[in-house]
This record gives sequence, structure tokens and C-alpha cells, in this order.
Amino acid sequence: MLKQNLLFKFKVMDDIAITPKGIERTPAPEPVRTAKLRAAGVTFFYGEKQALFEVSIDIPERQVTALIGPSGCGKSTFIRCLNRMNDVIPDTRMEGRIELDGEDIYADGLDVVELRARIGMVFQKPNPFPKSIYDNVAYGPRIHGLAATRADLDEIVHTSLQRAGLLDEVKDRLEEPGTGLSGGQQQRLCIARAIAVSPEIILMDEPCSALDPIATAKIEDLMDELREKYTIVIVTHSMQQAARVSQRTAFFHLGKLVEQGDTERLFTNPTDPRTQDYITGRFG
Amino acid sequence: MVTGRPGATAAVTKARLRRRHAAERRFHAYAIAAVGVAVGLLALLVVSIGSRAYSGFRQTYVTLPVLIDREIVDPQATGDPAVLADANYLGLVKQALRTRFPDVTARSEQSELYSLVSMSAPDAVKAHVLARPQDIDGTVEFRFETSDKVDALAKGRIDRELPPEDRGLSDLQMAWADDLRAKDELAIGFSRTLLTSGDSREPERAGILAALTGSAMTLAVTFLLSFPLGVAAAVYLEEFAPKNRWTSLIEVNINNLAAVPSVIFGLLGLAILLNFFGLPRSSPMAGGIVLALMTLPTLIIAARAAISAVPPSIREAALAVGASDVQVVLHHVVPLAMPGILTGSIIGMARALGETAPLLMIGMVAFIVDVPKGFTEAATVLPVQIFIWADSPERGFVARTAAATMVLLSFLVIMNATAVVLRRRFERRW
Repeated sequence: MLKQNLLFKFKVMDDIAITPKGIERTPAPEPVRTAKLRAAGVTFFYGEKQALFEVSIDIPERQVTALIGPSGCGKSTFIRCLNRMNDVIPDTRMEGRIELDGEDIYADGLDVVELRARIGMVFQKPNPFPKSIYDNVAYGPRIHGLAATRADLDEIVHTSLQRAGLLDEVKDRLEEPGTGLSGGQQQRLCIARAIAVSPEIILMDEPCSALDPIATAKIEDLMDELREKYTIVIVTHSMQQAARVSQRTAFFHLGKLVEQGDTERLFTNPTDPRTQDYITGRFG
Repeated sequence: MVTGRPGATAAVTKARLRRRHAAERRFHAYAIAAVGVAVGLLALLVVSIGSRAYSGFRQTYVTLPVLIDREIVDPQATGDPAVLADANYLGLVKQALRTRFPDVTARSEQSELYSLVSMSAPDAVKAHVLARPQDIDGTVEFRFETSDKVDALAKGRIDRELPPEDRGLSDLQMAWADDLRAKDELAIGFSRTLLTSGDSREPERAGILAALTGSAMTLAVTFLLSFPLGVAAAVYLEEFAPKNRWTSLIEVNINNLAAVPSVIFGLLGLAILLNFFGLPRSSPMAGGIVLALMTLPTLIIAARAAISAVPPSIREAALAVGASDVQVVLHHVVPLAMPGILTGSIIGMARALGETAPLLMIGMVAFIVDVPKGFTEAATVLPVQIFIWADSPERGFVARTAAATMVLLSFLVIMNATAVVLRRRFERRW
């Protein structure tokens, strides 16, 4: 045990310092299906503090990609770069390139509002608007003018709630406040709100960390269904969850993307020792 | 901190628990005592002003039949309103008084007799004749206000034992008043004048309508200026302004402005609004602008606190569905901050309503008889009116001052209640 630990430390130091032969620094990405999102050399700073180091990843279409790693490893920072939510944090800086369907999303003149309509997001803590359930889902379509008539809007709200697996529970009380729902229901309401604007990608930042196991299971089932229509990126600190829901997994450590690949391969046969240590529960 | 030996722990814990409960009970008692003292003082204030104000809301009236003599009103029987308006109605009132007390013949006694009724009596007769010219040559029963001395006597606030020169009423006047009262011709009723007329040198004719209107107009200007400006400034500083040296300088100065004595704002208004921009002196417009300047910092500070209290998760939620910055602010942040903003603005408006000092500087201390009809006409406001009346020597103004204070307090309560209702509506709007 001690020996292994020492070995591990040795290897990590090696890895950062001299890169001995036989250990690949960043494993070559395995061939993937069409990349919906492509990040190349993404580096991110909070003021002086560097949070991401040269992260490059391809996120395939209509799959669930899980970003895992210990706390503070930069996975949340990275996912927030993907729909430019970090723009609102003062004194931050991003370098590198992120492409959506081959288009640079940080290009000058790109409309952030339109980008965020294409890339929806669900947050760690359920954050429904203090409005009715209906208005929560209808807000996005309203501001984007997606519904011409009230009937169209009703249709969007119903299908969104249906897809989020919430319709049966709330269909009789759409006018009640969304904040009155249980935590799991609130989170599914937030998912419904995100899909109401017909995004292409849904980013989920630890969507189940504030939920109980039953609510978590429901959301995981939901992700499996949503994958047929949407590209999903999920940040999770639960490796079990990543293993259950994702097809692709990327492991972050100390702001670096250590390893990425098919989930099954990464969990059964990781190439990087740090990945192995993390998924076997040695740190994190 | 781990203390206590094994065995002693139970007793120690028990004692500590007892002390803690006692401390909690003590704290509870202090809190209740504090609330009790505050409520008691407030009740004392309302009761002491209210009891004095009661007589200010009431007025003694004398019922007097007046013969509307054509010889005096309209000798040529022209029926021309201009002629009617110019007639000697004071003569009619004097004649009526002489008819009521036929024994009074000496000139000096007659002039004492005339001063029983208020100087408003001829105006009342005039108004009646102009409205109903067909009553000329008839006898009409009028209900005149008595002079403030008779009013005080009727309300029992004049000591009958005092010598006449200290009493303010001669023996004769007292006898006449007693005679009127004995025949049920003297009655105390609700004073309509108080709520329907402007200021006057005679307390029985003085009313607060002009001051009330002035206050309402001034506050309207204050609110319409300071609310949008304050909310917009707060939104900008909180949501859009870059965090740099300039914005922090602005922040510091806004906080300083909130602490500036209000007289300074009056001087500013005098120098800039009146002397430089030439706004009309003592107008609700000028007063409202001065009070708006005074209210702005308070409002901005309150609004900023309310805006920054809106949880960032709501902003993120709105941004993530593709709302623009302006939409986030207008659809979510400002509505959610509205209860707090309203609380801040009501505090500011209440302060503005009670403010006297800056308005003295721009001439709103003027003696205003007419109810202002526009924002640029001369006006005064309730606190200034109270200040003027409290300064007047006539006995009747003591009660009027208290009555005006009650009106001011009611104005404040209505304003606050409106804000509370509005706040409720915003809080309920899910």
C-alpha cells in the first residue's frame, strides 16, 4: 500500500516534471462520432489564478459526455466556458478556442444570447424562477418569440414538461409557483425550462448533487431519453453516475484534462495512473 | 473546550443548561421591554396630539337669521352678479347681530358685538346670495363660525374667573355668548373650514387644504423624479457598471450625500433652481426637485441593497435560457428587488414629507391663502404650515396646529399603507 502510494507520487511528479517514456501526457483522443462541440487548448484564469490548462476535447453529438474529477479540478469552470456563462464573472480571462459545429463561439460579433439559446444549461442547485410552473417553462420561448399564439406556447410548455418527465406530476397545477415543488421536481422543471427553447446541447453542472437517490435516478433515466435528441455534457463528482449515464468520460485533475475516452474503456482500462487512482478511490 | 471530570458532567451540564435558559428568557424580556417602550411612546404621542387635535377639528357655530335687504344688496334690482358681488355683506351681518341683540346701542358695545362672529361671515352671506339671488328680501338662517375667542369659551378653554383683559373677552361678550348658548343658537360641530380652505390670520378661518395640496404636489414631483432616477442609478451601479476607481468614487459620494443635512439641499435649490434656472419661488416644482435630490441617495442605497440581495442563481437561470442582460434585469432582478426598493422609497418619501428646512430656503414658508392649482404656483407644505401655526400667537392656532399634525400623520399612514399594499402585490406575483 505504502509502496504503491509512493510509486503514485513518484509517477505524478514524473508526469509533470520530466515525462518519462511510456507515459503519455495527454492520451490521444480516440476516434469519435461527429464532434458537436470542440475545445482546443482552453486555458482559463480567475484573476491571477489559472484554473484550466490547455484543455482540448471533442464532444460528440447525441451522446452523454461526463466530466469527472475531484473538487476544484476545473470541470465546472470548463463546462461554463462552453456557453460563455463565465463572461459574467468579472476579472476572468479565457484563451484557446471552442467551436460549436465548427464555429468559434468566442468570435467577435457572436450573439451570446443566441448561443445560450442553442446551448442550454442546468445548474447544481435547482433555480426555478419565482413564477408559476407554466411561466418558468414559457419564459425562454417567450423571450425568443418561439410561439406565435397562446396555443403554441401551451404546446411547447406541455411537450417540454413531458420530456422532462414532470408533466404527470404538475399538469393540474401549472399556475402554482415553481418554487413550491420538491427539490427533484424543481430540477426537472429546470430541465424542462432548458429544453423549452429547443437547444442542441444541454450542459448539466452537477444536476443531482442536491437531490436524494430517487430524484437522482429519475434524472438519470431522463438523461438517457434526452440523449436521443440532445447532446449532453454533465459534470459530476459521482463516478457511479458518470459510469451509469455517459458514453464518453473526461477526467480532470488540477485544471488539466488528464484522460478522455469511451466511458466503458476509461473505467475498466484507464491509461493514466491518476485516472486509475481516482476511479479506484485513492484520492478525490 | 472540554471541561468537567467524569461523574461531575451531568451536574455541570445541567447547571450550564439552566444558565443558558435563564439567559434566553432574559433576552426575550429585554426585547419585549424594548418593543413595549417604543409602542408606549408612540401611543403617548398620538394620544397627546390627538386629544388636542380633537378640538381643532371642531368649531363653534352661531345660528343667526339674516335679512337679505335689497336696499343694501341690490338697490336698483339689476340682478347683475357684479353688483351683487360688490355689496356690503358685512353690513347685513352687523344688522342681523343688532336685530338679535336690540338692546345694544352704544357704538363701542356694537363693535364688541360684531366681533362675536368670524370675519368669514360676510363671505358666507355673499356666497349664498350669488348662488340663490331669489332669496333677496327674504330672511335666511345662517350658521356662522364664531370668532376664536367665543370658540374657546364654548369649548371651556377660557377661565371665566380671569379679569376681562386677560380673558380676551369682555363681560358683555361673555354675557351675549351665554345668552346665545342658552337659546341653543350656539353649537359646536365639525369644522369644515379646516379641510376646505387655505391659511388665514384668523384661526377659525384657517384651513390646511392649501398645505395638503402643496404637500401632495411636492411629493408627486419628488417621487416622479427620484424613483425612476434612483432605480435606474441603482441598476446601473449594481448590474452594469465596471468595477473601477470611478464607480467606487461615485459609491462613496452617494453614501456621503445621504448624510448631508437637509438645509444644504435647500441652499443648493436656492442657488441653482431659483437663481440660476429661474424656477418660480415657493413652487411645488422647486420644492419637489430639492426634496428629490435629498431623497435620491437614500433611495439608491436601498435599491442597491435590494438588487444585490437577488440571488445570483436567478440571474444565471435567466442568462442560461438566453435572456439578454437587459431582460435579466427587467424581467427578474428589478421585479424581485421591488419590495425592497419600495421600502427604501417609502422611507425616503416619508422623510421628504416631514421635511421643513430645505423648503424654507426656497420660500415655501410663505403665507398661502389660495389652494395651488399648478406645479409652478406658490404653495406651502404641511410641516411648514404646522411650523407657521405653532408660531402664531392666537389661541385658536394651538388646536389647529395639533389638528394639522394629525392630518400630516394620517397622510403618512396612508402613504405607507399604499406602499405596503404595493409591496404585497409584488411579493405575491409569482
